[in-house]
Amino acid sequence: MVMAGLLAGCGTSGGSGSDGGTITAYVYGDDAVKVQQAAVTKFNKTSKVKVKLVSVPGTDYVNKLRSAMGSPSAPDVFFNWGGGSIKPYVDAKQLVDLTSTVNSTPELKDGFLPSIMTAGGLDGKIYGVPMRGMQPVMLFYNKSLFAENKLEAPKTWEDLQNAITTFKAKGITPFALGGADKWPELMWMEYLLDRIGGPEVFQKIQNGDTSGWGDPAVLKAAQTVKELVDQGAFGKNFNSVDYGNGGAPTLLNKGKAAMHLMGSWEYSTQLGKAPEFAKKDLGWTAFPTVAGGVGDAADVVGNPTNYWSINARTKHKDAAIAFLKTMASQDYAKALVDNGDIPTTSNAASMLSTSPNPQFANDQYSLVQKAPSFTLSWDQALESKYATPLLTEISKLFAGKSTPEQFVTAMKAVK
Amino acid sequence: MSHHTPHVKTRGGRKTAVGNVGRPPVSWALPGILFFAVFAIVPLAIAVYLSFCQWDGLNSPTPAGLDNWTRLFKDPEFRQAAWLSLLLTTVSWAFQTPVALLLGVWAAGRQRSRAVLSAVFFIPLLLSTTAIAMLFHALLDPNFGVITEIGPWFGIDPNIMGSSTGALLTVAFVGGWQFMPFHTLIYQGGARQIPEVLYQAAEMDGAGMFRQFFHITLPQLRHTITTSSVLMIVGSLTYFDTVLIMTKGGPGTDTTVLPYLMYRTGFQTYDLGYAAAIATALVVVATALSLILVRFSGFGNMRSTREGM
Repeated sequence: MVMAGLLAGCGTSGGSGSDGGTITAYVYGDDAVKVQQAAVTKFNKTSKVKVKLVSVPGTDYVNKLRSAMGSPSAPDVFFNWGGGSIKPYVDAKQLVDLTSTVNSTPELKDGFLPSIMTAGGLDGKIYGVPMRGMQPVMLFYNKSLFAENKLEAPKTWEDLQNAITTFKAKGITPFALGGADKWPELMWMEYLLDRIGGPEVFQKIQNGDTSGWGDPAVLKAAQTVKELVDQGAFGKNFNSVDYGNGGAPTLLNKGKAAMHLMGSWEYSTQLGKAPEFAKKDLGWTAFPTVAGGVGDAADVVGNPTNYWSINARTKHKDAAIAFLKTMASQDYAKALVDNGDIPTTSNAASMLSTSPNPQFANDQYSLVQKAPSFTLSWDQALESKYATPLLTEISKLFAGKSTPEQFVTAMKAVK
Repeated sequence: MSHHTPHVKTRGGRKTAVGNVGRPPVSWALPGILFFAVFAIVPLAIAVYLSFCQWDGLNSPTPAGLDNWTRLFKDPEFRQAAWLSLLLTTVSWAFQTPVALLLGVWAAGRQRSRAVLSAVFFIPLLLSTTAIAMLFHALLDPNFGVITEIGPWFGIDPNIMGSSTGALLTVAFVGGWQFMPFHTLIYQGGARQIPEVLYQAAEMDGAGMFRQFFHITLPQLRHTITTSSVLMIVGSLTYFDTVLIMTKGGPGTDTTVLPYLMYRTGFQTYDLGYAAAIATALVVVATALSLILVRFSGFGNMRSTREGM
């Protein structure tokens, strides 16, 4: 009821926006911003209501958005990861429910991969329109090191164990891991739980049932982490290696580590840091199966994409929706492709040949397209009140400061 | 008569007439008091109020009674953070005080190299904490940092930041490295105030360098030590930026000191009520420690070190 009232209120004031005004849009400030900036410039040429893009540095983004949304100077439109990242705003009735808008607008409804559109919403409602590339987590590896040691990219757990043993014997760290940043460790838990217990286990947790942490598959995943750590699969000093400052990627491109489990942005990171390596030696594959696991080896974890959501208090709702619609345009998708991103639009496949690396783009697109399930990164899928303790507990597990059993107990207890 | 009496009373309340010359009225302190109220007292009061609320930063705060406080006393993470903060403070104090004191006393002298070296020592204080933390972070990178070259010479495992003790000691060391020049400066000032005649007399009595240091310099500096220690303790208790940049509270939670726990609770978990309770507890602990130190060092009595001279 209150929601409907709010929406109606915004609808009316949105109409008055036709005589001009400004929409503020917050975006996560990284290399991809230039694509959004171009879209804004183009939109402003034809619209009476102008969009003003505010690029917030990545590390401050979540904090700044949160503070702004609690203040009178909140943005009208803002970048997010969908799922838990928008739950507090949905609960506070601060977001425009876009379900009916999307369903009645063919270009939005049919423009994007359906699984991606759903992944950005909550409780079956749509709160965001996809606006960036897909970011599945993949297993990257050093092709030369694999060739020298007569190994193939691992498909099964047995392959993986074999690779670990071989590389360790050569004094090469099997996996680079930026443990100091905590979130790279989370990727291991995400894939292990998916392969061991299937995506349903985390879905239950994401839907608010914390007893889901008590599922035997969670314990098994945590035990597998401990085994890998004890084996030395991540080397000895991963606790003091970062991803953010380039520590872990450098280990991979210098041949000190053989593999790196990371989001698809690892490709552009390597291209920036070690272009030669990225072009010649960087290989990629899906996360292998885990012995005895029931999960589908085609499942993917990571960030389906990013979304624009609209603040329910905006004075220019119609203009904001019009801006969001431009995200489905061919031009916008093309701009993303040129930037090295893989758009989540349904016709993206036909454009990928113009990508800086068509093979990587195609592999990534088909990985996501064929995936029966795409689990959103846990720290984005869960509200911050669960996500922060989760990252802490994962870090303790990897650092050997808690046992797999203690991890499960601690996560079940988070309220 | 009625005009005269208060005058006499006032005179009686004062120690000496000379001491009053030029002492300004209270109203002069008003701007300062106002500034302090707006930027320190009011926020503190709001924090204390919030510690009795539940607040996610989006909706309005809702009163929660003593919930946050009962949780605080039962929370093992808070206990660990409090312990780590005290440990960090102790280590920082024990490490900084002797070095800063000796350097300060030395810098108060008249050696030729002194001025140049003092200027060099002073540099760390001019750098921003963030820059320093990032610098040491790069130096201590376990794969590519200088530590991988130099560490083995001294039998140090390059994975310093990955071990719990190593990470905490590093945080204490980096803090010490940055703030020691400041304390050196305080001790230098203190040492220069010590009257030359004391040393001249001691020399005539045949006292050597060590006796002079322990029987003149140290006792004369005891109020300087208190001042510097209070600043050091309050500084170490609220030490935050280095932890955020160098360790992010890790490995695990082994460098999650109180200010970092407060930041994590407030600005990552958005449990601002509980974060306010942690902040309030931190204020109470810091104030208590400073008061204890001032009381037991005799600093509060404001007796002059030159009494009896």
